Amino acid sequence: MKIDEPKKGFSISVTGSMAGVREALTQIRNQLSDLGISENTCGTVELVLAEAMNNIAEHAYEPESPGQLHICARVSPSFLRFDLQDFGKPLPDQGLALGKLPDHNVPVHDLPEGGFGWFLIRTLAASVKYRRENEKNQLTLSFPRKNMGKCNL
Amino acid sequence: MDLQSTYHNNLNIITVKDARIDASVAIRFKDAMRAATNEGPPLVVLNLGNVTFVDSSGLGAIIASMKQLDSNRKLDLACLTPDVAKVFRLTRMDSIFDIHENIESLKCRAAG
Repeated sequence: MKIDEPKKGFSISVTGSMAGVREALTQIRNQLSDLGISENTCGTVELVLAEAMNNIAEHAYEPESPGQLHICARVSPSFLRFDLQDFGKPLPDQGLALGKLPDHNVPVHDLPEGGFGWFLIRTLAASVKYRRENEKNQLTLSFPRKNMGKCNL
Repeated sequence: MDLQSTYHNNLNIITVKDARIDASVAIRFKDAMRAATNEGPPLVVLNLGNVTFVDSSGLGAIIASMKQLDSNRKLDLACLTPDVAKVFRLTRMDSIFDIHENIESLKCRAAG
């Protein structure tokens, strides 16, 4: 597939497995640093992309037979945009989870050990869009380059 | 998962040697923590000074590590790097754990 070359950006393809996700995150962090993106922004992007790609590795693909995961990054002076594409199962009900923060006002033994992923994605990304098309999942995540995220973290 | 466990009087400090606690190592981390905290003093401090990245699976494994301790024992955290501190702050888990800025003052307190 030919992707139009933006002024700045890069594309990465990895296996949609846990190991592949780790490899992609390392490459993305290095590329973003090379493009002069701040450490704070890099950290936020790495966390959100980790959550989104872990979902693909854990839910879209079967762990024993992961397919490809493509990441296309575009960097403009004001925005970072990432398109994640996989060929696995669609998101349940063809939609995005609301990402509510699990209740933490509970006894220690009832504390949640999961359910934070979509909350982190929703909190830190400025926009999250999902499309199912031609047996492909396309997730687009955008971040402003300044005042990262919606809650100025 | 490489954990280093040291004892300072009534304090058990467990230092994570790896730089990442993520989905690919979360189960191994939890198992290594269970082995490391099988017995020992009431206060266990997890030194995360070498850890630059924790995702939600890693966070879940750290919470599980606290939950698998006996009820009379406690897990504190120390030396959170900026990206790791952000995960705890966003998920409000910074209100669940006692978080120490550095390990030396804790050792002094344990010795004193």
